[in-house]
Amino acid sequence: MAQTIGVPKETVAGEKRVASVPEVVEKLIKLGFKVMVQSGAGDAANCSDDTYRAAGAEIAATAAQLWSGSDIVFKVGVPTPEEVGLLREGGTLIGFIWPAQNPELMQQLAGKRATVLAIDSLPRVLSRAQKMDALTSQAGVAGYRAVIEAANVFGRFFNGQITAAGKVPPAKVFIAGAGVAGLAAIGTATGLGAIVRANDTRAEVADQVVSLGGEFVKVDFEEEGSGGGGYAKVMSEGFQQAQREMYAKQAREVDIIITTALIPGKPAPRLITAEMVRSMKPGSVIVDMAAERGGNCELTEPGQTVVRHGVTIVGYTDLNSRLAKQSSTLYATNLFRLAEELCKTKDGIINVNMEDDAIRGLTVVKEGSVTWPPPPIKLLAPKPSVVAAKPVEKKSHGHGPGAPGSAKSTAITFLVAALLFWFVGAYAPAAFLGHLTVFVLACFIGYMVVWNVTPALHTPLMSVTNAISSIICIGALVQVAPPLAGGTDRAETWILGLAVLSIALTSINMFGGFAVTRRMLEMFRK
Amino acid sequence: MSASLASVSYIGATILFILSLGGLSHPESSRRGNLYGMLGMTIAVLATVFGPQVTAQGYAWIIGAMVVGGAIGLYAARTVKMTQMPELVALMHSLVGIAAAMVGFATYIDPAASGNLQGAEKVIHEVEIYIGILIGLVTFSGSVIAFGKLSGKIGGKPLLLPGRHLLNLAGLLIVIYFGYEFIHAESVEAGMKPLIIMTVVSLLFGIHMVMAIGGADMPVVVSMLNSYSGWAAAATGFMLSNDLLIVTGALVGSSGAILSYIMCRAMNRNFISVIAGGFGTGGGAPAARKGEAEPAGEVVSISAIETAELLREAKNVIIVPGYGMAVAQAQHTVYEITKLLRGKGVNVRFGIHPVAGRMPGHMNVLLAEAKVPYDIVMEMDELNEDFPDTDVAMVIGANDIVNPAAQEDPASPIAGMPVLEVWKAMTSIVMKRSMASGYAGIDNQLFYKENNRMLFGDAKKMLDEVLVALRS
Repeated sequence: MAQTIGVPKETVAGEKRVASVPEVVEKLIKLGFKVMVQSGAGDAANCSDDTYRAAGAEIAATAAQLWSGSDIVFKVGVPTPEEVGLLREGGTLIGFIWPAQNPELMQQLAGKRATVLAIDSLPRVLSRAQKMDALTSQAGVAGYRAVIEAANVFGRFFNGQITAAGKVPPAKVFIAGAGVAGLAAIGTATGLGAIVRANDTRAEVADQVVSLGGEFVKVDFEEEGSGGGGYAKVMSEGFQQAQREMYAKQAREVDIIITTALIPGKPAPRLITAEMVRSMKPGSVIVDMAAERGGNCELTEPGQTVVRHGVTIVGYTDLNSRLAKQSSTLYATNLFRLAEELCKTKDGIINVNMEDDAIRGLTVVKEGSVTWPPPPIKLLAPKPSVVAAKPVEKKSHGHGPGAPGSAKSTAITFLVAALLFWFVGAYAPAAFLGHLTVFVLACFIGYMVVWNVTPALHTPLMSVTNAISSIICIGALVQVAPPLAGGTDRAETWILGLAVLSIALTSINMFGGFAVTRRMLEMFRK
Repeated sequence: MSASLASVSYIGATILFILSLGGLSHPESSRRGNLYGMLGMTIAVLATVFGPQVTAQGYAWIIGAMVVGGAIGLYAARTVKMTQMPELVALMHSLVGIAAAMVGFATYIDPAASGNLQGAEKVIHEVEIYIGILIGLVTFSGSVIAFGKLSGKIGGKPLLLPGRHLLNLAGLLIVIYFGYEFIHAESVEAGMKPLIIMTVVSLLFGIHMVMAIGGADMPVVVSMLNSYSGWAAAATGFMLSNDLLIVTGALVGSSGAILSYIMCRAMNRNFISVIAGGFGTGGGAPAARKGEAEPAGEVVSISAIETAELLREAKNVIIVPGYGMAVAQAQHTVYEITKLLRGKGVNVRFGIHPVAGRMPGHMNVLLAEAKVPYDIVMEMDELNEDFPDTDVAMVIGANDIVNPAAQEDPASPIAGMPVLEVWKAMTSIVMKRSMASGYAGIDNQLFYKENNRMLFGDAKKMLDEVLVALRS
């Protein structure tokens, strides 16, 4: 029996996202599942009930109907106690849970003998898990939206322009934290034409910043800030001091600051002090993407846009809902990829395989018993990189074949050649030597000439050399009717037959070879 | 025409042949190169026919033979499909081989050519005949088998007889023994017996040699046979004391040898091991099995419509064609897609691996046929560094030449072979009929890479769908 996936309407105020969109519902049905969607679930994300119906989903009128009719529930926001109450006994729930922050919720879910997969607990170090990484997909959307919000309240263009009405300087944007959200923000801001700078405590992201068109601003202090699992860690006091100075300097220079700095399980670090806000130019904008966790800026009011010291500080905590359709589509695809992992048989029945590292990490409650936190993943030891050790062999067209051999093998070659020449010189008649000279020199000419042939023309080269090799025709021509010395007994018919046949065959080659080469070369054009 | 005038004409023909090969160094000058070749050949043939060695009685025979042969040749050249070029080339090599052998036989039984030689000269002359016939016949039977393999009349799998190296060695010893017999034969009649035994042995040797070589090594075989046909011409030149034949044969021979060398290097394989035949029969085989035992990972498939979307949003696209594109005859559709994308400002380029296809330069010819401008068709070395900046790398019917195992897995049978690094692109799309492995018979890790997508189906059909989706 195929299981039913339920998509309820999100209940938290201001949450506009929905856990699945019609395009993805179609794919889920292809996997063998039945899908039920609560009426109005997708309204805020521009997905009407009709489009869900068209995709093959059933529409449930009320939340109670939906929750009771679903074997598996896809959710976005952390479930409320009421929602957990609606969850079917022994049912499966997939969505954001944040088990570390919500111990009571965990107990409640366990009490329902539920199986819960927390998309936020995905082991991100597994490269296989990337396609399911909802944190990343949502952060990317938020980063984009942060720039749009900044542009919305910023009083000028982002890109520099020279117009008839005068010159407009480009906006300067500083982005604190180059995680997924930060990188998305860098990309969006450069796309709008701004001058973008960014900083991160993890030095290794500098390349990524530059690759998106941003400029990486270093903190004048040596310390490695990578905290494992792709997150940053808390830095030392000396570093923080240097960092503050750098931020103060940036605050004086730039028009827009977007902060994305988060440390897992801790309040957001205070990066922008009231003093720095005061030093900013009037009309500047700060978008604080860490507002929900206390904010990177001292003056941020979570969920609000405020103006302090002439600087607009945007502290929205619902950036994803402000781009509900996009966030929902990406989130739905993440969940679909997870469903694929859970249902490898494509028969619409999930199998929570605890042997699988990715699924083990995701599963925080398994049939009523709390399985969070998961044991650390045993990563396979990385294979030693052979590539780096191997020197890249240089391709040397036009410079003879590869590298010269060792001295020993060269010496042997010369010795053999010398012996051979001595043998030939000692025994062969003079006439033969003349031919040999011609032969050896011709080999070298051929060698020199052919090295210059471009690889694209290798096929025409073969067909033209093939045509040229029908020069063997000459050999047959001289046998057809040679001027005879007279009186020699000659197997006339045999020789004539062989010669004429040879001429015919080589003519096929000669005419065919040149003609086909011509045909081929005609096709090579710019 | 006097003998001196004929000789001078030969010099002219030789120079024209050298210029002809030189002209092929660039597409711009290549057409002129081909023209030089034709001119050289015309001069050589006319100088011979009107030279001192041919009398007027022969003209009718010569014209008749040339008209018949030429007509067949021109017809074949006009009708052959570009995808069948490797077969045609192989077939033509066989003609040169058999012609060389026949000229050798005719020379041997012609007392006018060899009757009045004595001592060392006679021995050398007979050795020349013997070797000339030998090379000609090996070229002939080898080319016929290569033709059969390329046209699919004979299976592409290497035929590995037990003790095949010993068989070859035995063949060589027989040939040497009867060569000794042949030189010491009293009369032409007595010499025929060793000559005919050698004929049979060398035909079998040619068949056996090519049968043992797998389909993926065909570019090496074709260029090797190209080289042989040259050496056969050169041997005939020695036989007839004709410098033009020697020079031309040597040019062709060394050209083919260089091509074989380039092909071998492109596969990171030793020439000897290609000729010895069988892929991965050495130490590589157990390692390959071990590789298969590892969990293969999973493959993400993609539809034609999604492919079209990826392409539409890309800025840089590299297309890597392989033999599969030739088989599916998809080159025209590929170009339609290319044209459309380039019209939208997408930078589309082609990356050609030296051994893609079944003949050196095979892909270039197919793309040229489809009117793809040659300045967007790049060699592997020219664009391998650009993959990290590429949004979509599309692999059409290629497998081993894009296998990351060549760089990542030292135990792989193709370890160290230069490959196109498509997995470094943002997304790679592999078009394939199924998950079957390539000629090397090894699993391709590319398919399991995180950023790889598989588009299953016939290349032509899928590309047509992509094209339709792009147009809509």
